[in-house]
Amino acid sequence: MTAYIIRRVWQMIPTLLGVILLVFILFNWVGGDPAYVLAGKISSAEQIENIRRQLGVDQPFYVQLWIFIKQVLTANFGASWSTNESVSHIMATRLGPSLTVLVPLLIISTLVAIGLALAVAYVRGSLTDRAVMIVCTVGLSVSILVYIIVFQYVFAYKLGWFPVQGWGDGFWHNLIVYASLPIIILLVVSVAPDLRLFRTFVLDEINQDYVRTARAKGVSENRIMWVHVLRNASIPIITHVMSQLPGLLIGAFLVERFFSIPGIGREVILAVERSDFPVIKAITVYVAVATMIVNLLTDLLYKAVDPRVQLK
Amino acid sequence: MPYDVPHAVSPGLWALAWRRLRSDRVAMISLAIVVAFLLMIVLSATGLIAKDWAKEVGVNYAPPTFIGPEASTPTGAAPGAASAAAPDATESEVDREIPDPLADALAAIEAGATKPGEAPPPAPDTKSVDPLADVMADIKAKEAGRAETVVARAATLPFGGDKWGRDVLKKVIQGSQTSIFVGIAAAIVAVFLGSVFGAVAGYYGRWLDDLFNWFYSVFTAIPYLLLILAVAAVLQQKGTLTIVLILGLTGWTGVFRLIRGEYLKHKGREYVQAADAIGASNARRMFVHILPNVSHVVLVQLSILTVAFIKSEVILSFLGFGVPVDVVSWGSMLNEAQNELILGKWWQLAAAGTFMALLVTAFSLFTDALRDALDPKLK
Repeated sequence: MTAYIIRRVWQMIPTLLGVILLVFILFNWVGGDPAYVLAGKISSAEQIENIRRQLGVDQPFYVQLWIFIKQVLTANFGASWSTNESVSHIMATRLGPSLTVLVPLLIISTLVAIGLALAVAYVRGSLTDRAVMIVCTVGLSVSILVYIIVFQYVFAYKLGWFPVQGWGDGFWHNLIVYASLPIIILLVVSVAPDLRLFRTFVLDEINQDYVRTARAKGVSENRIMWVHVLRNASIPIITHVMSQLPGLLIGAFLVERFFSIPGIGREVILAVERSDFPVIKAITVYVAVATMIVNLLTDLLYKAVDPRVQLK
Repeated sequence: MPYDVPHAVSPGLWALAWRRLRSDRVAMISLAIVVAFLLMIVLSATGLIAKDWAKEVGVNYAPPTFIGPEASTPTGAAPGAASAAAPDATESEVDREIPDPLADALAAIEAGATKPGEAPPPAPDTKSVDPLADVMADIKAKEAGRAETVVARAATLPFGGDKWGRDVLKKVIQGSQTSIFVGIAAAIVAVFLGSVFGAVAGYYGRWLDDLFNWFYSVFTAIPYLLLILAVAAVLQQKGTLTIVLILGLTGWTGVFRLIRGEYLKHKGREYVQAADAIGASNARRMFVHILPNVSHVVLVQLSILTVAFIKSEVILSFLGFGVPVDVVSWGSMLNEAQNELILGKWWQLAAAGTFMALLVTAFSLFTDALRDALDPKLK
């Protein structure tokens, strides 16, 4: 087990180097001279020369790359170009609001999708099954933007059930008052694709011999579905849920933007709008690290769920 | 000839798939919708329909026809009547409707003011200080030669009008053209890259495989949307082509994984060995012999990615990172609609949302059917 983890962490190094290289090439090379972006449109040659020296872009590229690697390793990306707030502080303070929305969302949507998938797969081929699948497909096709715009308008602006936007102090206050509508919207958007996918996972299991055996032994239908089938379908479900995790952090950016939630996603949008390179670079690299760690955790989770899995 | 042995030619993969697809009613309906959309964007791209989408044909925020004109909105301009009073008023319809008690007095003053100005010709005087006096006189002379026309604006439009009174129906057709084109073009780029990378990695194996797998792990370590946004931040120059490249260059990973797996599976097969034996080159074996056998995977991926990229384009354009401002897409329409909804003007939102939902639903259902038809084992 320990050897496995060490080997996996060791294998992350080339990937991380690749991510660093990709981000470096994008921001130092494809985007042109960063000094011009920072200096803005009106600037003298002197100013630009000054900024170039400060950023280190007057150095040869391998020195610049080394500067960037040092920044990643020390988690010191300097200050944001637009607000002068230190990037590490931005990352630390924006994570909380994002997680306040995302953790409840992930738990509720996974439970709802699993429950519905088991129910729908149990009556597979029936009218209910087909109706639910059609609703899912149509629901999936409507842009998330339309859901957000309409829900915000109807439930917050017209009916006044929720605040239109904003964020306060205190976890519970935020969760109940400000985060509920965003969570509801994201639930509507995320349950449909999850349900479709989980249904196929359950369907793969439901015709297996062990289900028939369990039924022959007289096991109750509830126990067959919730214990026997679910346990076997859980590996692909876990893979799917975990693989969504890092993307969700960014994927919630639309909701964060509409509802003015000071999270990571909104920070990315703001940074892209303002060409705030240090913030984008930092978020990209660290979210990539988070993704790799989540992938490792996923594989460890397999072992916990299914003892037959051999970690190699 | 005593006896003619009847031999039927067994249908190929595509014929069989098409037969399966034909028997699927949902698939055929969705295919019809997709084809209708494609026809629409071809007609719109060639300028046969919705060519003058940018023309302001209706009053501002003209409601859809089935609702009828708004009470407060003036019902078009009475042609000819307004232009006489003051040329400025042609822009603002409201002015013309409210009878101005001072209009006559104003006209009298203006008439009086021009007369003394005209009597002593100030030509030498202005010329010395105003270098553009000649040009101005020229423009004035041309202006006098043209008749001023007032365009009657419709009070209602079939699908309503936007802020400037442009026809939402034509606008949404134009928007469909942009969004669908970006989706298809980006999907082609991504599928091409993914197929070539996957073929090379799967066929040659060894260090090339390692190299492309490394690319794959790097690109998939960064969440897709974040990667797109990072590239969008770097490429400051906006354009339809830029967005196609952004989506295409970042979206090849899924195709790569599938195609690589297929090539790994196929490269040891007998027909490939046979091709080797007759002296086919590596490139020929990869793209002439193996590629047709994995082309169904390519086709399904193309279809899946088109839908995914249309959705991504809408989000990017909504945020203002997508198509430039003078190009209309579903995303930019939704962006305008967001503010209009507060004013109660819901039709642009409805038009863009419905068109997109219709196409994406049809495309997704067709993709599902296509996958089932091409790979019946999956069912």
